[in-house]
Formats: sequence, structure tokens, C-alpha cells
Amino acid sequence: MSLLWLRVALGCYAVGLLYVLVALSRTTELLNRVALHAAYLGMVFHFVSLAEAFLVSGQMASVHNAESVLGFLIMVVFLLVYLVYQTTSLGIVVFPLVFLLTFVAATGEAPFLLTSAGMRTGWLFAHIALIFTGYAALVLSFGASLLYLVEERALKSKQTGGRLSRLPALEVIDEIGFRSLLLGFPFMTLGLLAGTVMAQSTFGRVDLLDPKILLSILMWAVYLILLYTRWSVGWRGRRAAYLVASAFGFALIAWAANYFSAIHRFARS
Amino acid sequence: MTFQLLGVNHKTAPVEVRERLAIPESRLPEALRRFIQHPGVEEGLILSTCNRVELLARTPNEGADLREFLRDYYRVDGSLVDPHLYEYREKDAIRHLFRVTSSLDSMVVGEAQILGQVKEAYATARAVGAVNSQMDQLLTRAFAVAKRVRTETAVGSSAVSVASVAVELAKKIFGALHGKQVYLVGAGKMTELAARHLLAHGASSIFVANRTYDRAVRLAQKFQGQAVEFSRLYETCDRADIIITSTGSPHAIFRREHGELFLSRRKNRPMFFIDIAVPRDVDPEMNKLDGIFVYDMDDLQQAVASHVADRKTEAEKAEGIIDSEVERFQIRLQTLDVVPTIVSLQDHLETIRQAEIDRVRGRLGPLSPEQQLAIETLTRGIVNKIMHTPISTLKTAVRESEATTVVEIVRRLFNLGGTKGTGPGGDT
Repeated sequence: MSLLWLRVALGCYAVGLLYVLVALSRTTELLNRVALHAAYLGMVFHFVSLAEAFLVSGQMASVHNAESVLGFLIMVVFLLVYLVYQTTSLGIVVFPLVFLLTFVAATGEAPFLLTSAGMRTGWLFAHIALIFTGYAALVLSFGASLLYLVEERALKSKQTGGRLSRLPALEVIDEIGFRSLLLGFPFMTLGLLAGTVMAQSTFGRVDLLDPKILLSILMWAVYLILLYTRWSVGWRGRRAAYLVASAFGFALIAWAANYFSAIHRFARS
Repeated sequence: MTFQLLGVNHKTAPVEVRERLAIPESRLPEALRRFIQHPGVEEGLILSTCNRVELLARTPNEGADLREFLRDYYRVDGSLVDPHLYEYREKDAIRHLFRVTSSLDSMVVGEAQILGQVKEAYATARAVGAVNSQMDQLLTRAFAVAKRVRTETAVGSSAVSVASVAVELAKKIFGALHGKQVYLVGAGKMTELAARHLLAHGASSIFVANRTYDRAVRLAQKFQGQAVEFSRLYETCDRADIIITSTGSPHAIFRREHGELFLSRRKNRPMFFIDIAVPRDVDPEMNKLDGIFVYDMDDLQQAVASHVADRKTEAEKAEGIIDSEVERFQIRLQTLDVVPTIVSLQDHLETIRQAEIDRVRGRLGPLSPEQQLAIETLTRGIVNKIMHTPISTLKTAVRESEATTVVEIVRRLFNLGGTKGTGPGGDT
């Protein structure tokens, strides 16, 4: 059943993808609204799917849900941004990504299960949930910096109006990106700490050379630099976008590293 | 019946004439009462704003002499106002009203105020009882058309002048302008205007620097701002988010290195330079810095031009909407005209039928129910056959918009009385 709901959610997100088309081609308001509502509806089904999977397996660790959880969290942050700033422009970046994540989750084969022995479910839960929330915030921030670049370029080349007139103001986009970063950082940090605690108690040490752990630490470092430069020098625009993009890149590789990491390797059940 | 409109506006009449004809709000009810007492005026509305005075009336087909009312009411010599007047009837009057309400006839096309003014005029006319039935429908439709134009076209959404384009750009960069600091370099008329616009949109405080310090002080006082010695320009400029410059300097006064300095001092928060000086005060190189946006006079004018071009196509779109709405409203009006005629025609023939049956009823002696039914069917059949052609002619006439003529002919042929009546033999 959980998979069924997920696929319904996927369908909704697919309709939500229309938003991107609309934003790029400036067609009707109606289509815009349909797409947004479809995405929200998708979120509801998505939640149902996750809740059911959680209730059935009693844990979140069945990692076939990982992409699904991440996609859902990204949507949550997107919704938060919407509630605070009344803008959906980030959907251009967010919707395709959520669709992709959900697609991977919905069409994936049999669920992967964590094989590492001695998992403390509580810590694992915290570890995954926190880090994923950090990821979601990072994704939003990445989306915001892309939009920032696009709009900055338009303003500089004096091409106002047109399809850009829908974007929120430059400073607002900047604020969205920065706030998302701020929001994500504590989650990311606590998530890594939870992982450390877990590793200590399970293996007695943290294997810093494990590719996934190494990449995660690198990503965290970039994240820290990002916040620092913003705070002290006020870096934004192009430079900030490059940094966010590299943090995002590390996050992606760290994600992919699941398949190379000794501790994070999942085997088919 | 028909609509008739007489008026002057900012295009046809100089301000002295418009002033002479304007009716203050307090005297509007009285004017309306006199207007509907004028021969031929069945319903009336008077719109009086600083840009126009319009008299709108529903009149019988032959029309009314609205100019006469004008001469009587204002006690003016006809030759004085006549050359400035325009007069429309029927379709053209409806179109004119729709265009006025939709702000297509305004001095600043798309401004929103006029709709409110027409609504007020309507409310006053209603209160006095000068507007009911058809005119009511016409105005309700006019408001709907105005709304359609507003939502379906961009008329009224784009900016007009350089100053308001500057505000729009500032908003594009900073979002809300609340708490943003504005810095004026050079105390010219244009900077003042732009500053006024920015302040009106929420920008907070103002600094003014000018080579002649006195002028800076004077301008700063106007906005409760702060005057700055010109020599301290570079030290203080980083405090501003929006800088409007218009000095007569032959060289650029803001160069790239200044921009870099400002940015590092203000932790890279964006800055918006509006350069309305010719030759330019801001080195175009500045625009290459991250977080600094420079717009010179040409850029602003280009933005204005693109808005105006937009506006032209939008106005054409709006005219299209108005055309189709005028068409629709006319058909509706004529349907309104036709329905009572059909009803009275039916009533009229039914009365004749009943009277004839009653007349011969006595001579026929007792009738069986079957016979009675046969008579009913026979007479009804005859009446229906006779009515068929006139009714279908009336109905098609609506679509071919010649209803008024056909209605008149049918009414005269069957002696149905005046065109306004709703029952048989209505008031003549």
C-alpha cells in the first residue's frame, strides 16, 4: 500500500512539474494553480505513504524510503518558504528534484535494508531525520542561489519585465537562501553528531576514512565556510552560489557514496 | 429607447471650460433631479470629475436635446461650450461609457481612480432615483467590463514615468522599500522627483550632497533628510541603498574602486545607482561589480519605452474586450425590448380569442365536452399559426440588431400600444 500511495504522490508531482513549464513560458495563471495544488496534493499522499511505511516496518531505516523521505522534507521546506515569503518561484528547482527523488523511490526494486549490526533505532532515526532535513534545506538554498544568479544577470543586463517579472525581489531570494542555510545547519550538525555517537557506541570508533563519512565532513566544512563568509563578509550572488553549489555537490556525492561505504552499505533483504 | 451621452473631457475642452461645467458633489443630487425632468430624459446619470463632465441619459428613440439642458442648467451661451462637446448615441454611447469606466479614456490610461468616480456618480444617481431598470443594467455591465479589462489586460499595471520605473527597479532589487536609505547626489528637479516617488513607496531617510551646500540643506529640509558636505560624499555613501545622482560633473564621480570600497564597507549588501546625469556620473564599469546595479538615463528610458509599447498592445486588447461587450450588451437590451412585445402579442390575441368564443357561445346551444374541446383546439390553433411568424421575426431581429424597428412595426400592426409597456395596451 505504501508504494501505491507513493506512486499516487508521484503522479501528483508529475502534474506539479507543469509549474516549471508555466514559469518558463509565462502561460496562464490557471495552469500555474493546477500545478501547485497538484504538488500539495502529492505531498499529502507522500505523507500517507511514509507514515504507512513507518507504521508497518516500525522504523525509518528501510532505506528504500530514503529518497522518498528526502523528497518529502524538501517539499516541507518549500512549503515553509511559501508560508513565510508567499513565493513559489523556487518550485522551478524544487519540483523536478522532488519528482526525481520520488520517482527513484517509487520505481525502486525491493527495499534495501540496513545490514550493519547493532543499530540503535532511536539514534539511527535521529541521524537520518536530522541529516535529511539538513539536505532539504540545502537543496532549497541551492535553488534560491540559482534564481539569484538568473535575476541578478537580468537586472545587470537591463532586461527587466518579461518572464522574470514573476520572481520575487533579489533581496528576498537572497534572504530565502540564507535563511534556509541557517535552518539547515543545526540539523546537519546534530545529524552528524548523532551519527558519531552511534558509530562510537556500535564500533567503538569513527572510521574517518570511510568515503561517506569523509564526504559528509567535507560537505559540513563547506557549509560552515558558506555561513561564515556570509556572516562576516556578506558574500552573496555568484560567489555564494558557487559555494552552495559545491556543498550541494558534496551532498550528492555523499548520497551516492552509500554504495561504497562500509558502514552505510545496504544490502538487499 | 436608446442611450445618449453628452460631455466634455480633457482632450476636447480646456480646463476653463471643464471648470465651468463641473458640478460639485453637494449639488449633484439637485442637478440630477433637474436632469431627469428634462423632456425626453427617462433615466440619467451625471459624471463630473476634474477631467470630464458627462451627461448620460436613457431617452426615447427620437432622442432628447441634452444640449438644451446644458444651456439651461449652466446658463451658458451655447457657442461657448458647443465646440468642446461630444455627443454619442446608442452603441457609441455605450462604448464611450465602457471606455471611460475602464480608464481607456483617461489622461493617464489605466489609472484606477475613474472607476471609483463612476461608481460614486452611480450611487448618487440611484439615491436620487435617477437610475433604474435599463440604466442600472448598463452601469452594472460597465463595472463588469472595467473589471474584465483590469484582469485580462495589463492596462494599468505598468509604470509610466522614469521616476516610477526607478521605483519599480528598486523594488525588484530590494523588495519592500521600507527602511531603505536614499542618497541624492546633486540637487536637481529630477532627483527630487525620483526621491519623492521612492519615499512615497516607503523608503525611509534621505541624504543630500550637493556642491553648493545651501541647496543640499534646502532640499534635505523638504524631505526631513540630512544634508552632507560634498567632500564627505565617499565616506557617507555606503550608508545608502539607493543612490540617485545628477551632478553636472564632466567626469564620472563614482568609479569602480569606489564601488569596491562601498561594498566592502557594507558587507556586500546590494546598491542601486540611478544615474540621471548626462554626461554620466557613474562609470559603467561599476555595473560589473557583484551587488551593484547601475541604471543610467538611457536604461531607464528604455524601460519606460518598453512599458509604453506593452501598454499600447494592452490597450488594443482592452478595446477588443470593449467591442465585444458593447455587442453583447446591445443584444441583451434588445432581448429586453422584444420579450414584453411577445408577451403582449400573446395576451392580445388570447383576449380576442376568448371574446369571440364568448360571443358565439350562446348561439351554439349546449355542447358536449368533446365539441367544446374541438372549438378550443381550433381557435387556439388559428391564433398560434397567426402568431408564429411575428414572434419568430421578433426573435431573429434581436440577433440582427434591428429589434427596435421590428418591435415598433409589430406593435403598430397589432395595436399593442407604446414600446415601453409590459402588458397589452401598455401606456402610450
